[in-house]
Amino acid sequence: MNVEWYVVLSSLLFAVGAMGILVRRSPIVILLCLELMLNAGNLALVAFSRMVGNQQGQVFAIVVMVVAACEVVVGLGLIVALFRRKLPLDVDALRELRG
Amino acid sequence: MSATTWAWLVLLLPLLGSISIALGFRAIPARAAGIVGTAPIGLAFACGVAMLANLLGQDPDARHHASSLWDYASVAGLDIKLGIYVDQLSTFMVLVVTGVSTLIHLYSFGYMQSDEGYHRFFSYLNFFVFSMLLLVLAGNFVLLIVGWAFVGFASYALISFWYRRTTATRAGMKAFVINVVGDIGLVLAAFLIFRELGTFDYGAVFAKAPEVFSTNEWTVTAICLLLLVGAFAKSAQLPLHTWLPDAMEGPTPVSSLIHAATMVTAGVYLIARTHVLFVLAPTAADIAAFTGLATLLVAGTIAIAQTDLKRAIAYSTMSQIGYMVMGVSIGAYAQGLFHLMTHAFFKALLFMAAGSIISAMANRQDIDRMSGFWKAMRFTSVLFLIGSLALAAFPLTSGFFSKDSILAFAEARGGMYTWMAIGGYVGAFLTAIYTFRLVFRVLPGDPCPEAEHLIESDELYHGPPINPATEEEEDTEVGFPGAHHHIAEQSKPMAVAMAVLGFGALFAGLIQIPGVTDVLFKFLDPAFANSPLSEVHPSVGAEWRGLAIGGLISILGIATAWLLWVRQPELPALFRERLRPVYLLCLDKWYFDEGIDLLVVRPALAIGRFANRTFERLVVDGLVIGTEDVVGGGGRLVRIVQSGYVRGYALLLIVGFAGLALYFLLSSS
Repeated sequence: MNVEWYVVLSSLLFAVGAMGILVRRSPIVILLCLELMLNAGNLALVAFSRMVGNQQGQVFAIVVMVVAACEVVVGLGLIVALFRRKLPLDVDALRELRG
Repeated sequence: MSATTWAWLVLLLPLLGSISIALGFRAIPARAAGIVGTAPIGLAFACGVAMLANLLGQDPDARHHASSLWDYASVAGLDIKLGIYVDQLSTFMVLVVTGVSTLIHLYSFGYMQSDEGYHRFFSYLNFFVFSMLLLVLAGNFVLLIVGWAFVGFASYALISFWYRRTTATRAGMKAFVINVVGDIGLVLAAFLIFRELGTFDYGAVFAKAPEVFSTNEWTVTAICLLLLVGAFAKSAQLPLHTWLPDAMEGPTPVSSLIHAATMVTAGVYLIARTHVLFVLAPTAADIAAFTGLATLLVAGTIAIAQTDLKRAIAYSTMSQIGYMVMGVSIGAYAQGLFHLMTHAFFKALLFMAAGSIISAMANRQDIDRMSGFWKAMRFTSVLFLIGSLALAAFPLTSGFFSKDSILAFAEARGGMYTWMAIGGYVGAFLTAIYTFRLVFRVLPGDPCPEAEHLIESDELYHGPPINPATEEEEDTEVGFPGAHHHIAEQSKPMAVAMAVLGFGALFAGLIQIPGVTDVLFKFLDPAFANSPLSEVHPSVGAEWRGLAIGGLISILGIATAWLLWVRQPELPALFRERLRPVYLLCLDKWYFDEGIDLLVVRPALAIGRFANRTFERLVVDGLVIGTEDVVGGGGRLVRIVQSGYVRGYALLLIVGFAGLALYFLLSSS
């Protein structure tokens, strides 16, 4: 298969994730969208890795997964903390850092 | 030991005295401070004598030595050593300074006894002696400037010694500011010398100057004029003299030492020291001579109208320094220095006697209140009279020989200098009048209440403590004169100091009688042998003719004063009425203070006000407020972006990255 298809799919996934971050207000969905964007990136990395013919891109993809796992830990931790403090689970309501 | 070793000791002793009193003032009991302060100066005088003896043992033409301890500043092309220069001139100055200082320290030992600031006084006074010695012993222009600035500070500290008297602190500031004007002149002169000759060292400068400069070249004239600014400020010559009368706010021993005998003669020393340059710039030398002449005449007329005892003597100091400046500027170096020495004796003595009288008057200085002290204080009166006789150049006193030696030299040079000699004789007439005006108003007559009190109870009159300048009552705490005063009749140290000076004032002239003795000039002349003017010598006959004229004028002046203030005391009042403008001119000191106020102070204030009101408001504030507006406006713009919506930030991030990606894509294709 041609590498273009993979890249197109990856771009679509990335665009969907980015759109989700921009339009959704629930922090959980935003986290999901972030994962989507990261994995879109992973897909592109792996596709290019295959195209070039070495394994460096795949190694990178694994590193990105590790980072994504860490990020989910932090993000979910934040959400749990919000929930415990009975704060609204709505990112637009949390705008105390307004300039 | 060599002469320079003695010279280093001369410098070291007063410095040690000053520092040990300043640091140990808690440990040293009051009377001991006087001893700790006086002894080093006496020892320094002894070292000065040893220095002289050492020099006398050498060939007259080889009596100059330079010595340095270490490098003061040594950087690219600049090599300044902490060096001294010992020759006849500096030895002479060291002897005058330490000799008179020893006696004045002794006098202060009694005079300042009841003052709360006894330690401080002696520490300052020793510091002053150290600075003055540094000034006269310095071996290059840099150390000269250091000493010059140090004496300026010492003078400031001692004028403002009674620091809770506002009149005294103000006078101190005035003296300091005017002296700094002089310092600037001196510093600029030193810069110019370095630029032209590449060295600060006396020996090198005076050796190179005749080779580098042609006569009356503008650079050497500029150097000399700048040196004169320094000399005039320090020596209270027109128009930088206004600080000296105000400096009389300081304690009387200070007036005696700093503002009569030593510091104010620094300008004379400077001109004598740099005579090589002045020979190359005859125009500058003539300007100096005319300024000296003008000062001696103007100060003489002012002194006649003053009623404050110390201020009148201060104006006479200005006038006498006018003679010295005129002398050393026309080439009468040894003569000018001779007058410097005799003046140090009789003027210090006059101030000491005046201090004694002022003590008896409970600090009042107005001669209108004084009379009859001949009956109340015989010893002080006799010495006051001796000082006055010497000041008025009465025949056979010291002032008689020294003043006339300058005028005889001026006459011998001929030309316009003859007119200077005539002006000098007019000044001598004025001197005799104003001096004996003081004598006739203070000594004879019925005793004033204070003198009466002294005669009856043998105790000093203690009125309420009064500031003599403003007539305001003041404290007797620290920072003011103490409640108790001391007069020579009741204080041994004061009497001894005055007696020794009285002896000097009477007989110091005998070392230099034309045709008879020639001690001083023979010693000093080799130091000035490189000046072409050292060829000029008035003949002995001319000198005696000058002495005769001088003596006659002096007696005539004294007789005039006697006529005016004893025989027909209504005459001065008549003069005051008839010649009111002249009288007011003299009483108001020729309006020099007002003139300086108008020409310098007010324009400076106006510039300051302009800077404050216009420049500050428009330019400085404009810049500051403008900057603030720009930063604030920028902040306000950026705040809009900082909305607090997380997705807003995300959008910015995405748009930004998309923009960057687009840019790189476009630029790579």
